[in-house]
Amino acid sequence: MHVPDGFLDAPTSLATGVTAAGAVALSLRGARRELSASPVTGATAGAAGPGAERTAPLAGLAAAFIFAVQMLNFPVAAGTSGHLLGGALAAILVGPFTGVLCVSVVLLLQAIMFADGGLTALGTNITCMAVVTVVVAHLVFRTLLRVLPAGRSTVTASAFVAALVSVPASALFFTLLYAVGGTTDVPIGRVAAAMGGVHVLIGIGEGVITALTVGAVVAVRPDLVHGARGLARPLKLKVNGELVDAPARQAAPAAAPRSSRAVWLTGLAASLVLAGFVSFYASASPDGLEKVAADHGIDKAAEEHAVADGPLADYGVGGVDDERLSAGLAGVIGVGVTAAVGTGVLLVVRRRGTTARSAADGAAVREAAAGRPEA
Amino acid sequence: MGSGHVHRLHLPGHSPVHRLPAHTKLVAVLAFVLVVVSTPREAVWAYPGYALLLAGVARTARVPAGFALRRMAVEVPFVAFALLLPFVAQGARTEVLGVQLSVSGLWGAWNILAKGTLGVGASVLLAATTELRDLLLGLQRLRMPPLLVQIASFMLRYGDVIADELARMRIARESRGFRARGPRAWAVLARTAGALFIRTYERGERVHLAMVSRGYTGTMPVTAGSSATRAQWSAALALPAAALAVCLPAWTL
Repeated sequence: MHVPDGFLDAPTSLATGVTAAGAVALSLRGARRELSASPVTGATAGAAGPGAERTAPLAGLAAAFIFAVQMLNFPVAAGTSGHLLGGALAAILVGPFTGVLCVSVVLLLQAIMFADGGLTALGTNITCMAVVTVVVAHLVFRTLLRVLPAGRSTVTASAFVAALVSVPASALFFTLLYAVGGTTDVPIGRVAAAMGGVHVLIGIGEGVITALTVGAVVAVRPDLVHGARGLARPLKLKVNGELVDAPARQAAPAAAPRSSRAVWLTGLAASLVLAGFVSFYASASPDGLEKVAADHGIDKAAEEHAVADGPLADYGVGGVDDERLSAGLAGVIGVGVTAAVGTGVLLVVRRRGTTARSAADGAAVREAAAGRPEA
Repeated sequence: MGSGHVHRLHLPGHSPVHRLPAHTKLVAVLAFVLVVVSTPREAVWAYPGYALLLAGVARTARVPAGFALRRMAVEVPFVAFALLLPFVAQGARTEVLGVQLSVSGLWGAWNILAKGTLGVGASVLLAATTELRDLLLGLQRLRMPPLLVQIASFMLRYGDVIADELARMRIARESRGFRARGPRAWAVLARTAGALFIRTYERGERVHLAMVSRGYTGTMPVTAGSSATRAQWSAALALPAAALAVCLPAWTL
């Protein structure tokens, strides 16, 4: 559902617009890297930097695919049907940067050509539906791939969870925006619960379809699935009735130089587990200071926090009755938002550092980081 | 949502609105929507004024009212949301026809309906009077990154091709006796989506190689260098200027 004009107030629209512009600019750079080398030949070329001339056709066609796949109707029951939103699918199939670009371009064209979603709300739409969905799906997907044993069924299962989580995450992010810059005074807690509930249902459908689609692609062309490139088996040749490895054009030392990323992802997974599941069983009594304050009556004087009516007030999701579930949900959302913001800042800072060096140096570093030697 | 992908948005014509350069129209529509959105919602009388301005533009562009109204049906989901607001919002209550409604909810619903409808109307007029490709080139003139414009134009160019591919797959499924009934059909449909992705990606690779073999290096030559004259700019900006004239008393009163 696309946000129209006048739904959020001007400062919020402006802030989301700036966020969206930054995310798209970042994705334009990242997408070049993602699409620079063909997965089969490993060829890189181009005068305007590696992969510049591959980006436009491939990302454009991928956007056309997302556009078309949204037209595919999936019957639910009694004449109703739904369709894919495609954010998670894009993240898994073509990678996060290209995914953000594809969904953003689809949203842009829908706004200026189909009047679907307001022009002033374009930033909000891109932030909610392109950035949050794709980034959450990518993070969940990569984390699960890293934790679970490698295999084709792992890819499918991770795709399901990633798509399932990404849809309510986007809805809750929108609710958060509405809490900050909404033009109507509605009970945010109840809205969050309703939005979350409905979108978990939508997310289940999205997850099933995404998993089935990714499974279908992985079964035929695993090399095309960005999220499952490690799974591509080396080419075999049949020589004199014997299978031998084809001369490797891309010797892929898959996960060797990524130790920092492994640490980072493990940390994220640990905090998600702690926030989501451990807080489920954690003590219901408040933390030490609050306990003391309550015992001694200090907190009588304490004023309610400014966001006490917010959707995540008191580390619980408003409107969710089960206290433990509520706390767990709030924890997961908190970690997710924190990680997303932190990663954004980190990426910006790191990019500054990279551009400071010479361009050739930067290209070499990127090649090394991608674990892909020049062919 | 799904109903948004309807074609025949552009209404060919030779009216003064059609002839304006795309980037002036884009700026005009954006400025108009900004003025509308920043109007306080209590200034109820300002909104019919904006609607009259849009109707004037539609008349100059010879866009039939029926066409514009039919295209504006995309906002129906949000109308439903807006109608819900008076029932769920908090705050002071008032009684309308024997039903307890929230005052702030009523204002909110009015706000969304009025501003959303005007925004959709302006966008529909823009799309009806401007070729899609010109819109993209207009965006490039307005300093949108060329790479993004290229991606969008590739999507436009091949969108119909990919949609036709999907339609052919549907015909192939149905000619083999497949009818999608309920979630049991999802596996088949998802495999269709998977096959569509593979075909699309491979088509992208072919398109890229074909373009490289014709000397493509990552940038498109700009052929149409039509810049706007001052008269064209002032004609395009007449709409937001008039809207501003309506808006200013709304702010001061």
